[in-house]
Amino acid sequence: MLFSLGRLWRQPVASLMTITVIGIALVLPAGLFVLSENMSSLSNRWDSASQITLFLQQDVTPPQAQKLSTEIASWSTIEQVHYQSAQQSLDEFRQLSGLGDLLDSLPNNPLPAIIIVEPTDEKATLSGLVSRLNDLPQVDQAKLDMEWLQRFRSINKMVQRGVSILAILLALSVVLAIGNTIRLAILSREAEIRVMKLVGATDRFIRRPFLYTGFWYGFLGGLFAWITLIFSMGLLSGPVNELAGHYGSDFSLHWFGGFMFLILPIAGATLGILGAWLAVGRHLHQIEPS
Amino acid sequence: MINFTDVYKRYPNNYEALSGLSFQLDEGEMAFLTGHSGAGKSTLLKLIALIERSSHGQVLVSNQNLSSLPKRKIPFYRRQIGIVFQDHNLLHDRTVFDNVALPLVIAGENHREIGRRVRAALDKVGLLSKERSLPIALSGGEQQRVGIARAVVNRPPILLADEPTGNLDPDLSREIMQLFEQFNQVGVTVFVATHDIDLIQTMPYRQVILKQGRLA
Ligand SMILES: Nc1ncnc2c1ncn2[C@@H]1O[C@H](COP(=O)(O)OP(=O)(O)O)[C@@H](O)[C@H]1O
Ligand SMILES: [Mg+2]
Repeated sequence: MLFSLGRLWRQPVASLMTITVIGIALVLPAGLFVLSENMSSLSNRWDSASQITLFLQQDVTPPQAQKLSTEIASWSTIEQVHYQSAQQSLDEFRQLSGLGDLLDSLPNNPLPAIIIVEPTDEKATLSGLVSRLNDLPQVDQAKLDMEWLQRFRSINKMVQRGVSILAILLALSVVLAIGNTIRLAILSREAEIRVMKLVGATDRFIRRPFLYTGFWYGFLGGLFAWITLIFSMGLLSGPVNELAGHYGSDFSLHWFGGFMFLILPIAGATLGILGAWLAVGRHLHQIEPS
Repeated sequence: MINFTDVYKRYPNNYEALSGLSFQLDEGEMAFLTGHSGAGKSTLLKLIALIERSSHGQVLVSNQNLSSLPKRKIPFYRRQIGIVFQDHNLLHDRTVFDNVALPLVIAGENHREIGRRVRAALDKVGLLSKERSLPIALSGGEQQRVGIARAVVNRPPILLADEPTGNLDPDLSREIMQLFEQFNQVGVTVFVATHDIDLIQTMPYRQVILKQGRLA
């Protein structure tokens, strides 16, 4: 096994090129994964801030509104409700706007009573909840305060799906890259393989060092990807912290460094062995003594 | 030990290299396989080494029917046969020691046993002092002796050689043949293809003579 590592070492340029290609192929989905995970955690933070405002019909009386809000509060998807009568709305507006005189001159209160609804954390139910609230006869309009959050989530979902597709494609390219490298290694040792078969080597015996080589390519490619990832995250974290500072947030990039340190070399090594296996399977049988 | 019954070999291009061949080699026997170039000597040896399979007829070696031997068993079958080639088939990026050790490494022998047996084989062919050399640094005769050491290192009961003296001068050729005699004397069945008629006429062994793929 170490011997096959030594073989890589003896062709440093070619080996380094293969390892780099594999590293890049692995770091792309890994990087996107880290970004999308960070987006998710960011959107989860905002989640608690999301609330739905119900503007009630003008003809709903305060007792009816009170009753409605207790009823809504009993729903399992609702965390908390807060009722604010038309009069309270007016008082608040008066305070905030300083347009008291103007408001006094109006014949009646133009502002509706509102119920502010805080949903529980179940994201999937949010839009269903809004339409359910909209359908209540006493409700004029239910408005999700952070519709953009949902857009952000859909985008993130898209990114996540993109990561999966990209990961599959790039995994395939790792298999092919290693397979091709192993194929060349097999062809360059054709004479040796013939002689080994002549003196009684089994396919398994001949295959083993090539599988080790594939393992090392994938493993080292995975390490390379990890280093690249950590390096890029290092470059990104400064600006991100600065940005978070502007918004008064303590958000910072989560690197998944330990997880990636484990998963990248393992994934690389697995793909490497697979690629080598395919290459050896295809070419070993074509090389027979004659 | 080696038993051919009505054996035909037709190559994919439809050329019939061996036709209706029947002969037998006893255990512990030494014999020469002769005939003009193209007579089918190499083809016959390849059938014994299972490098090629017969198109028709039966080849029995050590009581194993080669036409029914499954592919996955070929490596283990070949470990019972030492083969020496005209062009040595040595690995040029490995030392003499590593070349000779190859069959033992493949068979999974332990380090110590490998060292012991490789040196014994090299001693036998008179190349113990060259174990650290690369094959290119050796003369043609020496390279051939490395090939012989590799063929006998795992003590196979059968030793095949295809024109082992083809590239050597008469004195070296005689030395090589004497080596084969020595292995035969310790019980190895030896079968040597050669067209070096002058040399083998002086030796007291049976000759299997081929002429256009048939026994002459
Ligand atoms: N792989 C092959 N395909 C087709 N014809 C072959 C092949 N190998 C040998 N032959 C033919 O079979 C005949 C016998 O060859 P060979 O056994 O090598 O003879 P020898 O070793 O006695 O010179 C020759 O005419 C040769 O051209
Ligand atoms: Mg020949």
